[in-house]
Amino acid sequence: MTHDSRVNVVIIEDESSIREFLTTLLEGEGLAVFEADTARRGMIEVETRKPDLVILDLGLPDMDGVEVIRRLREWTQVPILVLSARNLEISKVAALDAGAEDYLTKPFGVAECMARIRVLLRRQVRGSAAPAQIVRFGSVSVDLVSRQVLKNGEPVHLTPIEYRLLAALIQHAGRVMTHRELLRTVWGPSFSESHPYLRVYMGHLRQKLEDVPAMPRHILTETGVGYRLQETSDSMNG
Amino acid sequence: MTDLRPDPDELLDELRREEEAARRGRLKIFFGACAGVGKTYAMLAAAKARRSEGVDVLVGVVETHGRSETAAMLEGLPVQPPHYLEYKGKRLAEFDLDGALALHPSLILIDEFAHSNVTGSRHPKRWQDVEELLAAGIDVYTTLNVQHLESLNDVVGRITGIVVRETLPDQVFDTADDVALVDLPPDELIGRLNAGKVYLPHQAERAIRNFFRKGNLLALRELALRRTADRVDAQMRAYRANQSIQPVWQARERLLVCVGNRPGGEQLVRSAKRLAASLDADWLVVHVDTPGGPSLTEEERQRLLKVLRLAQELGAETSVLAGSDLASTLLAYARSRNVSKLVVARHRKSALMARIRPSLVDHLSRQAEDVDVYVVAHDLDEDVAGQDKRSNVRSLLFDDVSARRRKQGYVAALLSSALTTGLSALLIQHFELANVIMVYLLAVVMVAVRYGRAAGMLASFLSVALFDFFFVPPRMSFSVSDTQYLLTFVVMLVVSLIISQQTARLRFDARAATFRERRTRVLYDLGRELAGALTGAQIVETAERHIDGLFNGRPVLFVPDGDEHMKKTDPEQGGDEGVAQWVFDNQQAAGRGTNTLPSSPALYVPLKAPMRVRGVLAILLPEGSRGLLPDEVRLLETCAAQIALALERVHYVEVAQDAIVAMESERLRNSVLATVSHDLRTPLTTLVGMASLLENDSLDHTRRHELARSINSEAQRMSRLVTNLLDMARLQSGVKPDKQWQYLDEVIGSVLREMGGRLAGHALSLDMADDLPLVNIDEVLLERVLVNLLDNACKYAPKSSTIQLTVRHEEDVVRVSVRDDGPGWPAHLANSMFDKFTRGSNESATPGVGLGLAICRGIVEAHGGRISAENAVPQGAIVTFTLPVETPPAVPE
Repeated sequence: MTHDSRVNVVIIEDESSIREFLTTLLEGEGLAVFEADTARRGMIEVETRKPDLVILDLGLPDMDGVEVIRRLREWTQVPILVLSARNLEISKVAALDAGAEDYLTKPFGVAECMARIRVLLRRQVRGSAAPAQIVRFGSVSVDLVSRQVLKNGEPVHLTPIEYRLLAALIQHAGRVMTHRELLRTVWGPSFSESHPYLRVYMGHLRQKLEDVPAMPRHILTETGVGYRLQETSDSMNG
Repeated sequence: MTDLRPDPDELLDELRREEEAARRGRLKIFFGACAGVGKTYAMLAAAKARRSEGVDVLVGVVETHGRSETAAMLEGLPVQPPHYLEYKGKRLAEFDLDGALALHPSLILIDEFAHSNVTGSRHPKRWQDVEELLAAGIDVYTTLNVQHLESLNDVVGRITGIVVRETLPDQVFDTADDVALVDLPPDELIGRLNAGKVYLPHQAERAIRNFFRKGNLLALRELALRRTADRVDAQMRAYRANQSIQPVWQARERLLVCVGNRPGGEQLVRSAKRLAASLDADWLVVHVDTPGGPSLTEEERQRLLKVLRLAQELGAETSVLAGSDLASTLLAYARSRNVSKLVVARHRKSALMARIRPSLVDHLSRQAEDVDVYVVAHDLDEDVAGQDKRSNVRSLLFDDVSARRRKQGYVAALLSSALTTGLSALLIQHFELANVIMVYLLAVVMVAVRYGRAAGMLASFLSVALFDFFFVPPRMSFSVSDTQYLLTFVVMLVVSLIISQQTARLRFDARAATFRERRTRVLYDLGRELAGALTGAQIVETAERHIDGLFNGRPVLFVPDGDEHMKKTDPEQGGDEGVAQWVFDNQQAAGRGTNTLPSSPALYVPLKAPMRVRGVLAILLPEGSRGLLPDEVRLLETCAAQIALALERVHYVEVAQDAIVAMESERLRNSVLATVSHDLRTPLTTLVGMASLLENDSLDHTRRHELARSINSEAQRMSRLVTNLLDMARLQSGVKPDKQWQYLDEVIGSVLREMGGRLAGHALSLDMADDLPLVNIDEVLLERVLVNLLDNACKYAPKSSTIQLTVRHEEDVVRVSVRDDGPGWPAHLANSMFDKFTRGSNESATPGVGLGLAICRGIVEAHGGRISAENAVPQGAIVTFTLPVETPPAVPE
């Protein structure tokens, strides 16, 4: 994958204290970190270091974060993790739709941050390997070849749309999927605008797969952004 | 009369005059006996002297009349170019008022003060232009001949045989700051004339030479000198009053002049003006509408209005009264206004007529015990023309019986006479002839009562004729066999005529009373409703409703906008905003019947309140309307004053409210600063303290771990606080919810995940109905509501108690309530906890700035829901909010 055995991460963030915290954290995990305090500098770093992950702050002094994502996506598929403040759901969605993989809301804790990074790096690794035939989360197991869904060993009947939704979430397991992304994947490119169908079918899916639908542990709602399939239920972080 | 103090009213008057004069420009009139005495020359000389002192002088209008000396004086002075007006295809030069106002010199020269402007100018008269210049603070020099003075106009006319049409109200002359008399002995003037120094237009040379006869010149010179002396005398008296040299303590005289519809009214008014001036008295001019007199022709009506207008221009207060008896109405009015002298005209009458019908003078001298009656000779030299153009106008005040009604009256007279004759033909078989005549009398009275005098008279004559023809022997003939019946005829005729006359008079009185009563009622109603009006819009509506129909036209109100520009309250209505603006700026009435734009189809009066002008009231008069009578103008002004007062009151109420709001927001800002600084400083202090503790190496591992955990939770707390502050700011800037159709359990699920650790100390009991519908909500905002409500519950409920979250579907709402086992809401808060920065107890150890519930309310209300709080039994607090349920779009299975 890279010339070095170590995993390279480029952090583009203008706040030095956040940069410092992330560097300390990631280097402690054994990653190689390269810092940039402007978008311009950051893009040069991405070009020269060929990183496995880019952590990008949306509020940069010299360029709009969404614009940075767009330019990077012109030539690289490196995973991008976006840092953003709360109350800015619209800019999160814009960043995700522009090609970012996932986001972290400031302020965030170590556990949350590492969980996101691990998901993104794992996908990068798995990119070359064949996808698993059977996916499990909680008491649910999904056979992607035979399209069979079991809960506590009992078969669960899913409508074709419900199944396509579940498959889309599984394909991006651990990562957030925006409403638009899901609509496009499941219903086709003409359904790119937000739509009540999605929430209704997501509700059905929860009813069928979650133990307590009102307190879901796997099919999670990212308020104002989209949905995320959480395979492990242990990372309830606060 | 030993009191030496000056009259306080006069002192105040003096002060007011001085104040006004300080703001206004000064008016200096160069006054002369006739043309050619050198007024213009003197004016230019004075202006040159001022210019050499460095005063900014501008020549507005100067007529040199081709005199070379004058033209020479003009050199070296800046002259303002005239502007040209198209009138009847001709291009006419006129003084450029707006240009002069724009240039705003310190001193402007305006020749020929009494000049009439070209039709289409802003003011019909030049002196009105000058008034505006003075009001703008510009000094004015001007020239005037004695023959142009309004009150002397007729006198000069009689002396010289030439009546000048261009006149100047004496008021303007009397209030001028300076009058310089330019005098030239008649012999020298004639000498100048003969030497060709006074230019005369060729064609009029003879007429003018006739004018410049020595006798004329002497008389004119005397008039000019005396008029100037009068002015000086008045100044002297004013000075004495001011300096208290001699107490002037006498009550002012008041003169009442009665004008009729006969020609010569103008002369009467002028005489009265001179009398009033010599007595230094206030004077009133009235016309009395009576039912007895003959109908007014349109000509007479116009003449009467002209006389009243002239009186007003000469400074009189004018009025039109209505009453059945001229003398008693006049005297009643005189007594009510404290009039000491009554002026009436004497008309030539034949000796016989004078005996049969006593004149007004005779009536007055018999009834007036406490009022002096002056009789002014009336020579009827004004031509009496157009007598044949009789119209049906009888009253100035109210529209008389319509032509249609009059015709109806005649028809009724004919019909009733015919019917009575038919009835009498039946009655005559059983009754005496003398009794039958009573039936006729009854019919005449009924016609007169119902249709007035003319119909009554017709019925009288018809009755006599028919009675004679059909019933008096020999029947079927007008001849009478028994002469006794002649007496019957005469008595019947006289009785029916008297009855007709009396009923007509009663009707007139009743109408006059109704008319007055209606005006009084409108004023009363207007006042009462305006007092209750709370907003400007209400006042406008009330005013328009009441004034509509009171005058012969529709009312339109103009009020200033933020930039002091006049705006119609109802854009549909007519009326010119430009004129309204002028009225607003100059605080003077304009339009029909005034000196400004008199040909306009509407009358505009300013709404003057004690502090300032609040707007303009216009009456749009219909095409060909007679305009407003003096009384109507006064009524209109009274209405305007009431409206202005109401508008001013509302204005100050608004000012007071703004002040309260400002105070309130000041108080709120202080409380925000206090709470925010408290709630931000507390966690910050903890953070700083704990972080510095961590620097200490001697701490053991467990202790460090605890400190890090505390720092984490304090920081989370601050984060929540900041989030709430930002949310509040966002809500206040008017954020629109981005609504999507979704299930509430989805939002609750993500809220519970977000709350995570914070809920840990409490047990959460979730009670959700199974039939929850899709709701149209902004999930991001609604999440903030639930987070805040749960946070609150955690904050106040004791550790390890249960928090209940219940969601129910009820008819057209979804009801969500959060209940805790805490101490409940303090009773004193009632529902004010939904206000910003309200907390159960001040400076308590429980953190939070009291923003949470305010945010909840803002969001819930933005969704069209309601939020409320109550105490639970036996203890605990419940907050409940509802969200409306609408019909979601169909979802295919």
